[in-house]
Amino acid sequence: MSQTITPEFQLIADWIAPHSQVLDLGCGDGTLLSYLAENRHVRGYGMEIDPQKNIQAMLKGINVIQSNLNSEDLTNYFDPHSFDYVVMTQALQVVSRPDLLLDRMLSIGKESIITFPNFGHWKMRAQLVLKGRMPETDTLPYHWYDTPNIHLCTFNDFEALCEEKGIEVVARTVVNSEHQTSLGMRLWPNLLGEVALYKVKKRN
Amino acid sequence: MTESIGIVTPQTLHIDQPLALVSGALLPQYDLRFETYGELNAQRNNAILICHALSGDHHVAGYHEGDDKPGWWNDYIGPGKPIDTNHFFVVCSNNLGSCRGSTGPTSINPETGKVYGADFPIVTCRDWVQSQNQLRQHLAIEQWAAVVGGSMGGMQVMQWAIDYPERLRHGIVIAAALKLSAQNIAFNEVARRAIMSDPEFHEGQFIEAGTTPKGGLALARMLGHLTYLSDDMMGAKFGRELRADKLKYSFDVEFQVESYLRYQGEKFATKQNFDANTYLLMTKALDYFDPASEFGNDLSAAFAKTQAKFLVVSFTSDWRFSPARSREIVRALLDNDIDVCYAEVESEHGHDAFLLPNTHYEGIFRAYMRRVEQECAQA
Repeated sequence: MSQTITPEFQLIADWIAPHSQVLDLGCGDGTLLSYLAENRHVRGYGMEIDPQKNIQAMLKGINVIQSNLNSEDLTNYFDPHSFDYVVMTQALQVVSRPDLLLDRMLSIGKESIITFPNFGHWKMRAQLVLKGRMPETDTLPYHWYDTPNIHLCTFNDFEALCEEKGIEVVARTVVNSEHQTSLGMRLWPNLLGEVALYKVKKRN
Repeated sequence: MTESIGIVTPQTLHIDQPLALVSGALLPQYDLRFETYGELNAQRNNAILICHALSGDHHVAGYHEGDDKPGWWNDYIGPGKPIDTNHFFVVCSNNLGSCRGSTGPTSINPETGKVYGADFPIVTCRDWVQSQNQLRQHLAIEQWAAVVGGSMGGMQVMQWAIDYPERLRHGIVIAAALKLSAQNIAFNEVARRAIMSDPEFHEGQFIEAGTTPKGGLALARMLGHLTYLSDDMMGAKFGRELRADKLKYSFDVEFQVESYLRYQGEKFATKQNFDANTYLLMTKALDYFDPASEFGNDLSAAFAKTQAKFLVVSFTSDWRFSPARSREIVRALLDNDIDVCYAEVESEHGHDAFLLPNTHYEGIFRAYMRRVEQECAQA
């Protein structure tokens, strides 16, 4: 059974060692885990709050645990270092305390892979500065009043948080909304990058 | 949902070997009443065992000849239903100590020629599972594709995975807990006191005495029934609605909820003719259930030998065995790197939700059983 996955998931898969243990937070319909199981032979669990997505993930054969990342403490389910990777795609900005969740992810996993949209992209800055309005873009298509993204940050913000917490950025890939990179994005990621993939771990 | 399995007929397995019970007592011989639906395939790998709850029995789905009500889980078992009898061979037996056909307090004690009554030994979850294993051997089933149960039935599922790890591929544990809380035990004790303090109880030998402690049993059921419902659901269904158009200021039934509860208790003790000793035994078995106690109270150690994969389901308004209790089960399974899925189903129906139609619950159940079915086909 081969499947097509998003470029973002492909980039994540490239970072995952074969035969590792993976926890996917906000695993949705289980596409990523199912791809990793097939192509990287990983064993893992997914956590997802949405009942319909839980059913879809279950149909894909994923071990999915229905869970609310805002109200439940991951460490109630898993011992420290239970996983090689704890993955969270496009969800950091929707949880109530990203900083605390990051701590827990790095407690139960040796490394974390996190992706999120960059609020420091020039389009965001331009809309705020020139129009004086909250930005609405392809990657962040919501109005200020109905957005689930309650904790948006820039790449620089995220890296500052990591620094503060003694978290090391092991790898970073910055891409546009089509998940392509360019020389400009490599030179000025916080201005030109739309989505970032970070692989982080606790500094020893 | 689609059609029912149709008319079904119970069978009886008589076992002549004695059963050594956890209590130390010996049951010299016993009957197990059971029903089966669907066909056992050529590989004999598509058998599902259903474990019933406190007042349940072996009649899970379909209709008995002449009955207008189907078995207790008819919504979820049958052709095209989550446990699809077009694909699975479904087995359910009545627990020992029950009053629905398996040997229990209403049976004749072969040693005395009289009804067991209070002399029927205390049985536990382990004893049930041990007796169900005899049924498994009788049916020549090497391994259950899944063992499935809600509430007390869910506890038996866990006991199966602990005692006979190689005998099941999947365990489905619905609205259950790894052990009863002090509050759970307290409710059971009040129910037992209600039965035992009925003047018709006669130290449990009421059948001999030609009577039944109906009043006490009805009270016990009223109390139990309360713990199966949620506050919200009772509020929505009854509120403070009165039976008459105005208050009478008397101890007669004034509110609809009083009338409903009395009816439930009465129906259980008379029309359904449930045996009071059985009620005592079942509540005791619940109280004693605590598999971790044999593993130094280490919940995770209890599942160390378990090989089955699991689906655990809880319901948001269930306060008898709340979602937190199910998460404890999930945690203990995760500690052993067992494949587990967990769903917390939104429902206002309290503990009873596991018996009732619900789109999310059905979706989860169906999706998981699809997985079980695919494995049967691949084997």
